[in-house]
Amino acid sequence: MATSEVERRRGQLAALSIAAVVIMVGVPLWWRTTETYRAWLPVSQINELANMQLQLSADVEVVFARGTVTPEQQKKVPLTQTQDEEHTVDENTALRYRYEIRYRTATIMEEDALDQPTAAEADLSLHTLSESPCGSLVVYVIPESSSLLPEDMDVYIGQRRTALLRIGAQMRVGRTVEQLLAHLEPRIKQVLQVMSFSHTDITAALSDRVRLSPGNKESIADSMRAFKSSPGYEITFSLLNPDPKSHRLHWDIEGAVQTYIQPLLTKLAPVANFSLDSQTLYYAMLGVNPRFDSSSSAYTLNSDSLAHVINPVEARLGSNAASSNPVLNFLLYVPDAHHSPLYIHDNKKQEVPSNAFHSPRWGGIMVYNVNGFYRPEAVLPVDININMAKVMGVFLAQLRLLLGVQSSTAPPGFLMAPCGSTGLADWELDRLMWSRSVENVATATTTITSLAQLLDQIGNIVINDNIAEQVSSAVTSLQLAVAELEAGNLGFALQYSKEAIMASERAFFDPSLLHLLYFPDDQKFAIYIPLFLPMCVPILLSLLKIVSEARQKRREKQAKKD
Amino acid sequence: MAAHRCSYSALLLIICSLSMFIVADSQETTLTGDNHATELDNPQTATETAGQMAEQPAVEERRLWEATEVEEATPDDADTDKQDTSTPETAVPSSVPQPKDDFQEELVIRPLHSGDIYASFQFRTLWETDFMRGNKVSHYRLFPKSLGQVISKFSVRELHISFTQGYWRTMQWGQPFLPSPPGAELWVWFQDSVTDVDGTWKELTNVLSGIFCASLNFIDSTNTVQPSASFKPLGIGNVTDHSFLRYATLPREIVCTENLTPWKKLLPCGSKAGLAVLLKSEKLFHSSFHSQAVHIRPVCQDWQCKTTSWELRQTLNVVFDLHTPGQGKREWSLFKMFSRTLTEACPLASSSKIYIDITDNPQGEQFEVSPATPLLSQAMVLGDRRTFSVYDLTQQITFGTVRSLNLLIRWKSSEGDMLRPLLHGERYVAGYGLQTGEIHTLMYNNHPYRSFPVLLLDSVPWYLRLYIHTLTVASKGKDNKPSYIHYQPSKDRVRPHLLEMLVQLPPNSVTEVTVQFERALLKWTEYTPDPNHGFYVGSSVISSLVPSIVAMDTNSTREQPLFSSFFPCKEESSYFVRVYTEPLLVNLPTPDFSMPYNVICLTCTVVAVGYGSLYNLLTRSFQIDEPSPGLAKRIANIIRKMRGVPPL
Repeated sequence: MATSEVERRRGQLAALSIAAVVIMVGVPLWWRTTETYRAWLPVSQINELANMQLQLSADVEVVFARGTVTPEQQKKVPLTQTQDEEHTVDENTALRYRYEIRYRTATIMEEDALDQPTAAEADLSLHTLSESPCGSLVVYVIPESSSLLPEDMDVYIGQRRTALLRIGAQMRVGRTVEQLLAHLEPRIKQVLQVMSFSHTDITAALSDRVRLSPGNKESIADSMRAFKSSPGYEITFSLLNPDPKSHRLHWDIEGAVQTYIQPLLTKLAPVANFSLDSQTLYYAMLGVNPRFDSSSSAYTLNSDSLAHVINPVEARLGSNAASSNPVLNFLLYVPDAHHSPLYIHDNKKQEVPSNAFHSPRWGGIMVYNVNGFYRPEAVLPVDININMAKVMGVFLAQLRLLLGVQSSTAPPGFLMAPCGSTGLADWELDRLMWSRSVENVATATTTITSLAQLLDQIGNIVINDNIAEQVSSAVTSLQLAVAELEAGNLGFALQYSKEAIMASERAFFDPSLLHLLYFPDDQKFAIYIPLFLPMCVPILLSLLKIVSEARQKRREKQAKKD
Repeated sequence: MAAHRCSYSALLLIICSLSMFIVADSQETTLTGDNHATELDNPQTATETAGQMAEQPAVEERRLWEATEVEEATPDDADTDKQDTSTPETAVPSSVPQPKDDFQEELVIRPLHSGDIYASFQFRTLWETDFMRGNKVSHYRLFPKSLGQVISKFSVRELHISFTQGYWRTMQWGQPFLPSPPGAELWVWFQDSVTDVDGTWKELTNVLSGIFCASLNFIDSTNTVQPSASFKPLGIGNVTDHSFLRYATLPREIVCTENLTPWKKLLPCGSKAGLAVLLKSEKLFHSSFHSQAVHIRPVCQDWQCKTTSWELRQTLNVVFDLHTPGQGKREWSLFKMFSRTLTEACPLASSSKIYIDITDNPQGEQFEVSPATPLLSQAMVLGDRRTFSVYDLTQQITFGTVRSLNLLIRWKSSEGDMLRPLLHGERYVAGYGLQTGEIHTLMYNNHPYRSFPVLLLDSVPWYLRLYIHTLTVASKGKDNKPSYIHYQPSKDRVRPHLLEMLVQLPPNSVTEVTVQFERALLKWTEYTPDPNHGFYVGSSVISSLVPSIVAMDTNSTREQPLFSSFFPCKEESSYFVRVYTEPLLVNLPTPDFSMPYNVICLTCTVVAVGYGSLYNLLTRSFQIDEPSPGLAKRIANIIRKMRGVPPL
């Protein structure tokens, strides 16, 4: 009896030790060998980014010209003043705008500059005196009697980062400083909203991150028009000649690009890289047949048929073989002899004066009629030189729109300087940079957080070291960008946000993420079952048996005690 | 015969003078056109454009269009101030700038002796530009933008790509104008400024695969070679460092409409006008042979080569079968071949011509061509002087009164034999079983008395392991030692074998090159989707300078038909020919693809059985069981119990 008991005991121990070996050696071994490699990701920092508190700081300098403040007032004017404005966009995103306003009186040189006969000249000479850094503004407060501005205008916005603000009529001498500042504050804020950033711009830039409640149609159309922020753009000008038999077109695109487009692009260089191309496409037809309007003896394109115009042309345009940046297409369409002149009509059935239209996030089309050159005595094909100044004027305006350089309507009483030879004022560039940096930050955070979510949800994805590296660099660049925005260094903020977006996209679209993604679980089980089932069933059964025996033994002991 | 000659030369003279007249005439018309222009009106240019147009004489100033304020078409856009839009419209210029690019199109139709019809389209775009000077802005007119971007981005010096369906039967059809192997072929010379040639090549193949909708992305290091002698640059430039050359073929590639459509898109006129209207895919692919190609290279503009330009040649060769559309009648027409007729030339083309080869038919005894044309032209093609009827589509008279050209070829007799091509090649696999085999390459020199050297290039995938010591080259039963051998052994899964040889072919002989190989076992993921179909081995390439019967024209810049000017001719006594052999189809040992799972199940079962018994041995307790007493003993015990006696 005793020997059999010993034997049973030994069997139990053997079963237990085999189970222990399987659990302590076999399972970890199997786990290690079949594990997918997942590098460490800065998950906590990514989660922090998911809750974003963005602060934008703008420096404003308010300069009082002679005749606006009395010397007594001058002493009382505070040196600096900080104004904060907070907005909660949604539960994860909050915005805070901080305006740091510094007050000072004008220097003698500035006074001289302000004595110029016109506002434009004053603007230029003020600019030569000192150049304010990217993202900051200088507002000159000029006396009511100043002749720089016309009678009905109160504010002049220059080509650089300066504005002239005429002090109101009720603010004659004798008022207190508090009253003066209170009077100036709303005006300065208005100037700021025009020249640096406004809440609507910033929320529109956050559209990647925040689902906006469908507001009014116009603002949605506005926000959909411009291209998404990207590190580079390809600009392609295409001349469409559907009828090479009747006209031979010559366009001096090289010269026109140098004269009109290149200065703008040089100015925009901090925002993105641009590459320019042009091509001529023959026998390229529009997608719709224009209707003949007998009253004006011209062909017309209605605004609702414009949507169908592009499709057949698009197939011929060709994508850029050399890069994957978004392409801005500008088409110059010269209608064939049988369909000309061709005019575009707007919603109100009115002829569009520029005879051009644009398609959001795609490009622009201009119709260029040459029917004036078909003479009865003319020999076909007619040689026609295209007036590039006219064409480029339209394309430049469309390019500005598509790049998101908003020409926001000036509030009443505001006078804007016409933009100079570059086609872009400094403050417009600042505005674009503000919204682009916010947009980049928003896009990069969404990319990184959704990548982290995806990796968290699907355990099969291999995370290589280079992806982890990209993710961490994206996170650091993002943190830096947010910090620079907070400090008001616009140029650095844009730079870091661009780096962040590039790193995050590279991580997100890395092909190595897909290697093991589609390894279905049922196949895994089909391979494991023949091995695991016969091995584990005896172990489990003997463990169960041991447990039940132990329980029975205890029950017997209990019975004995009783 | 002499009289013949005489009449010929007279005819030529007439043609020459006629063409002179035409040229003079056209010049006159352009002049009058210019006069019109100057009369019509002259631009008054504003300050902006004044500098650029200063050279235009202002004869008479007239404002055509008033200054227009530019406004956006969409109503929600407020006024965008525009600078300097007040330039008045420039009208017809008095001097039209000479375009720097030029487009020509051409179709050659050659009735073949087998009764088939060979039609060869060539479209050539010449562009006087420099892709390499690093000017980023590129403005394209006739040259396709997509290819231009490829050239400048990847620093390509020369690019040759061809897609072919079917095999060119040299013995029946003679030499093609432009040879190409079955499947896809791509060879590229890079600029010597490229540092990472392999990386650039990889990227380039991917981009080209997107442009041409082909599986060129399957080109990788396992099917790319760097031939040392066979593929020399065809354009200018004497780069001989073959580390900048990459060559790859995909013999398995199927060519179909999806490759034709992007190819047609590269033409300036698309398929809307000119010869390209004939390219209808349902007819083109219903043929015995179809090959389309794109060749880009820098060429000389003039004899001294002072200026260079880029040449893009798009060629399409097709052989229509004798019996397909004819319904028994031996008759051909453009409409029957392409189901279209021609109505106009591409208006952008400086020349647009159809050539019909009538060399074998001087008297019209073999076939009859209608409408007849008085224009004849002679050209040296592949070492032979051929005569062609020429139809010039830029002349309105070609289209006649019906305003459409439908060429008709009616066969009269099927006799006549073809001059056998001087050089051709064949290839096959010999051997049995799935372990070893032997590749035989046969090269025929049909020249009666001249021997000439040929360069043979063989690129064999790594999974056929060549035994290079078994390489034999024999002609007329004797060993023929190659004067140059370049052999690069393969590396498993990295690179293929490359074998190049310079062999002298004796006159009127067959030279046989044999080499034995062993078939490798592939990993189970390396098999193609249909492994039992076999694995393709690309064609061998035989390149040679074949002695010519007539003196060849060595001036490549002289005006000559496109089909005869592709391969540059260096000397008068010989011409360059490239011949492709058949691709090989080799069976590899192919496993049963459910095997891995079977193996897993079997091993697991064996392990489970072994483990199960071991486990039982270790855990079960064994005790000796008393054998149960017999029936008699049990009965005895019962009785003893009743009696009160202890049991047994």
